[in-house]
Parts: sequence; structure tokens; C-alpha cells
Amino acid sequence: MAEELPGTDVAADTAAGDAFPVAGQPLLRIEGVAKTFGTFRAVDGVSLDIKAGEFFALLGPSGCGKTTLLRMLAGFEAPDEGRILLGGKDIAQALPHERPINMMFQNYALFPHLSVRDNIAFGLKRAGMARADIATRVAEMVALVKLEGLEKRKPDQLSGGQRQRVALARALARRPQLLLLDEPLAALDKKLRESTQGELMELQRRLGMTFVIVTHDQEEAMTMASRIGVMKAGKLAQVAGPRELYEAPRSRWIAEFVGDVNLFDAESRLRDGHRLVIGTRDAGTLVVAEPREPVGAGKLSVAIRPEKVKLSRRGPVSEAGRETAINRLDGVIADICYLGGTTTYKVKLDTGGIVQASVANSARLDVDAYSVNQNVVAWFTPDDCMVLPS
Amino acid sequence: MRKVSRLSRFNVASLALGLAFLYLPILILVIYSFNASRLVTVWGGWSLRWYHEFFNDRAMIEAAWMSLRVAASSATIATLLGTLAAVALSRGERFRGRTLFSGMLYAPLVMPEVITGLSLLLLFVALNAERGFWTVTIAHTTLTMCFVAVVVQSRLGSLDRSLEEAAMDLGCNPVRAFVAVTLPLIAPAIVAGWMLAFTLSLDDLVIASFTTGPGSATLPIRIYSEVRLGVKPEINAICTLVIALIAVVIVIASLASKLSSSQGESAAPL
Repeated sequence: MAEELPGTDVAADTAAGDAFPVAGQPLLRIEGVAKTFGTFRAVDGVSLDIKAGEFFALLGPSGCGKTTLLRMLAGFEAPDEGRILLGGKDIAQALPHERPINMMFQNYALFPHLSVRDNIAFGLKRAGMARADIATRVAEMVALVKLEGLEKRKPDQLSGGQRQRVALARALARRPQLLLLDEPLAALDKKLRESTQGELMELQRRLGMTFVIVTHDQEEAMTMASRIGVMKAGKLAQVAGPRELYEAPRSRWIAEFVGDVNLFDAESRLRDGHRLVIGTRDAGTLVVAEPREPVGAGKLSVAIRPEKVKLSRRGPVSEAGRETAINRLDGVIADICYLGGTTTYKVKLDTGGIVQASVANSARLDVDAYSVNQNVVAWFTPDDCMVLPS
Repeated sequence: MRKVSRLSRFNVASLALGLAFLYLPILILVIYSFNASRLVTVWGGWSLRWYHEFFNDRAMIEAAWMSLRVAASSATIATLLGTLAAVALSRGERFRGRTLFSGMLYAPLVMPEVITGLSLLLLFVALNAERGFWTVTIAHTTLTMCFVAVVVQSRLGSLDRSLEEAAMDLGCNPVRAFVAVTLPLIAPAIVAGWMLAFTLSLDDLVIASFTTGPGSATLPIRIYSEVRLGVKPEINAICTLVIALIAVVIVIASLASKLSSSQGESAAPL
């Protein structure tokens, strides 16, 4: 190791916050990073700041470059262009063992010939920590991930959830400035995944550490992360908090990728005060609130999340609906999908399109439920509509 | 056990036939090695006479000792070189001419031994090397190295690459990561490769007879020349000992290989 980067001092005291650089400064700054494999541009000019103590998620479909970006942070790939600054120091070309960053691998990559204890102690021994300190730290880590009593087991004698914990403990043991998690929960079943999500968040808060997680699961990203970077074809499409990402996606593609959405292509548009009146082929004329950022001249789509679409037998009671510009679409129920907590209705509109409405099943008895072929009115307010460039 | 009971009668018959075809001659050889009679084909009761005879046959013992030394040294060198080649082949995925290199490495697997032997003889003559222990050892290293490479490479191929990455992530430089993580995991395959090389060397007659010199005959050469003068029952005893040695080595090799595959996810060869 040529020189110690800040925070590589794994023997430092327990208070995790101490190791972090000046507050306010981003801990990690990614500047115009690009990586090409052959002719395929896996990561194409990504710039991003991550603050200390953040839980950041890189979200995207497979092949979008999120894993390549993570591997560049870990040091397994060197970027072709750009800089990666950690605490102000360029680490883009540093080797993995020279970085105060640890990674939790997707398949955990536990050493099969070593016990749980030796797996966790592996990085500490390499750092030249004293024997007694290693024992203390390992015990601390084992307690942290609740693996007491399993220290002597080999990885193949553990369940999937236990292996995941060992991998986490091993990655945390060196007290990295930055912990990278590559699809950490992909191998777990749904129930275990949900409880582990909660534990990861709680752990991150308690240790005050910076986590960067890669996932293709938008629900997982929304649940855990304080900020999400959505990647598409090697570029960051949007960086935002979960709520903003869901309620104000920047493009049609993001709206479709994050959650379900009804989409209608705009054929004409008219300005009416603070509203836009948009003509669509499938859903007739829709009145939508003007977005904060003015829309360009390009093609537009109107998007409405299914849970924002209300259903009723007669439409909004007030006939002033027209006046307050509530969008009402007449149609018949075409399909019903009961999901337990909610029911999704597909409404075939008289204008030809289909709109999905997600209704909470707030009463146990189905007195309010609709049936197939029933005439209904689907309605929503202008504020519930998003206007997106296609 | 349940699997065995599910074999049909046809399976049992064909299995028995196949095993008989393979092992009947060897069985007869082993039985006749305990024959008391001087005539190879006449049974004269049980006796250890020919084993006693062998242990008093200086020339034969020397040949056996020579064979063991050649086998041990060539297997060791072949294991070292074969492992390095296997690592280079499975790690350097992107280097140019990799296919050609691996093809060239594996060619000796299918090369007729006569050709290997003859070419090595020509080389040693051209180099004016004195033929004896070292020329046979080098020749056997050439023969067995590719077998080691095959065994080790298939183990390396089944190994998760992220293990080494995890080691680097936890503070190992690439060499350290290899020694601390990869080497212990492929050790059983390396042991199996050594055993394989050892038995192959012990077996070999063709290449050894091309590359050896006067006064340094290996056991197979010695046996072959004795047999040409007529089969002595002593040969049966020697062959039985060799069979026993090879059987032990092969059992150890396959146990090592099994151990190796039970540690990793997929199976190694053998």
C-alpha cells in the first residue's frame, strides 16, 4: 500500500462518524466517468455527488451500467474517462486494496474454506490489526449482524440469510468510508428480503455510514434509499428522492420503469391559464396542471398513476366537475385483478383507450366492488396528471 | 444403494461383462503372482516365492527405484508448470492467441507417444545431452504437464471469480489474493494432478525407451526386456506390486478431487 487514504485506519475508534471528511462536502464525487467494453459503452459520462451518511441507490434495468459503475467505485474496473474523488482525492486508478471502500457481493463471495470468524477477520488481518483487536472487532461484528454461536461454521453450513449477514459483517469489519452493495438481497426470498431491508436501513442509520446500493428492484430502492439514481443505457436519467422520482419523473421511460402508470400520447395542446388542455386519441381531452418546468415543443404524454384514478358509478357528485376541470372518462370495467390490499380495475373507455385504476380495499366486505361490464366513470384531477416528454 | 437395485438385468449383465473384460486379465495376473510353480501357466499352489525373488533381484529393484524417482520428479515439475499454465489460461481471458495457446497445451494429450518420444530423442541428440535420469524426467514432464493443466483448469473454471475480487477488496494485492484464497481452493485439484502425472510416468514404456540411456532403465523397460526372453513368474509379482501402487494413488487422487468438488459448487474431473 503506497499511502494510506483517509479512513483506511481500521483500528480507529468505534465512533463511526469520526472518519468522515468535512461535513457539507460530498464524500464521493464522480466526474464524467465513462467505461467502454469493446464497442459497448457501458457507462457513458456519469457525474454524481454522494454525501457522507447517505443511503444512495443506483437503480436500472439489467445492462444499464449500474454494476459497472459500482465496480469502478470498488476498483475492479478502471474508468476510461473521468475522475472518482473520495474525500477530495482521485482514486479512479487505485487498486481495490488501496481504497477505503468495501463491497458486499451479489453472491456474497464468502471464502468457502474459512469459517465465519475467519471470513470476517480476513480483511482485518490484511490490515495488520493486532490479534486481540481482531477478536474484539469480530465479536462486535458478529453481534451486530446477530450471528452469535455460528462463528465456527463454514459458509456451506449456513442458510442464505445467514450468509448474507456474514458477507455484510465482513464488508463492514474494516469500517470503510463507503460500503458498496451489489444486489445484496437478490438471493433472499420475499419475506426475508423485506425484514433485511429494514435491518440494513437501521444499521446504516446507527453506524452513520455511507451506503451505495445497486438494484434492479424499484421497490427495494424506494424503501431503503434516501436518494435514487436511475440509470438507462449508461447514463443517469434522473437523480431524486423516492417521492420525487415517483410523483415527478423526468421522462416517460422513468415513469414506466418506476411503478405502474397509465400513459396517453398527446395529439394537440392548448394553454388555458395555468392549465394545459391536451387532446389524446385514447382518452379524449384531458386537462392537466402545467408542470413546473415548461414543456418543450416535442412530443408529450400524459401520465396518471393507477392509484390516482378514482372510480365511481356516476362520476363526481358535483356537476361543477366540468367547471373545476376534473377529468372524467366514461367506460366499462373490462378486467378485475384482486391483489389483497388493493384491487386493480381495467376500464375500457368509450373513447377507445384503457385506464387502470388501483383501489384500496378499505372495507372487508365487497359491497363497493365493481363487476365486469359495469358502467363506471374514471376520474382524476389535473394535479394528478404528469406531463412528460416522450 | 437404491440406484443399484434399479439396474435392469441387462444393465447388470453389460456391467459385469465390461468389468470382466477390463479386470479378468489383471485378476489372473495377480493370482498367478502367488503361484509356487516355476511355469507361468501351471498352478502349483500358493506361495510368496516370486515376491521374495523380486526383492533379491538387484537389477529389477534398481529399475523400480529409477521409475519411482522419475515419476516423483517429473510429476512435481509437471504439476508446477501445468498449474501455472492453467492459471494463465483461465485468468488471462482477454489475451491474444489464447485459443491457440490452449490448443497447443492440450495437443500432447492426443499426440501418439511414439512421435513425442522420437521428437524428444532427436532433441536430446541434437543438444548432445547425456541420456539417463534427467532426459526421461524431462520427457515425462512434457507428457504429463497437459494432464495436470486440464485437471487444474477445470477446477479454476468452476471457481467463482468474485472470491478473488473479495480478497482484493479486503486488502489483498492480486498475488496475495491468489495465495490466500484461490490456492487453498484448487489445492485438491493440484494434488489430483500430481497423482495423475505420477501414475502416467510410472506406466510409460514408449517415451521412456526413446529417451533413456544405457544403465538407467525404468521398470517398464526392464519388465519388457525380461518378457522378451520368456515370462518369468517374478514379472507377475512385480506387476502386482505396480498395480497395487497405482490403485492406491488413483484412489487418493479421486478422493482429493471429490474433496475439491464438494468444497466448490461444481465438480472437478476424475
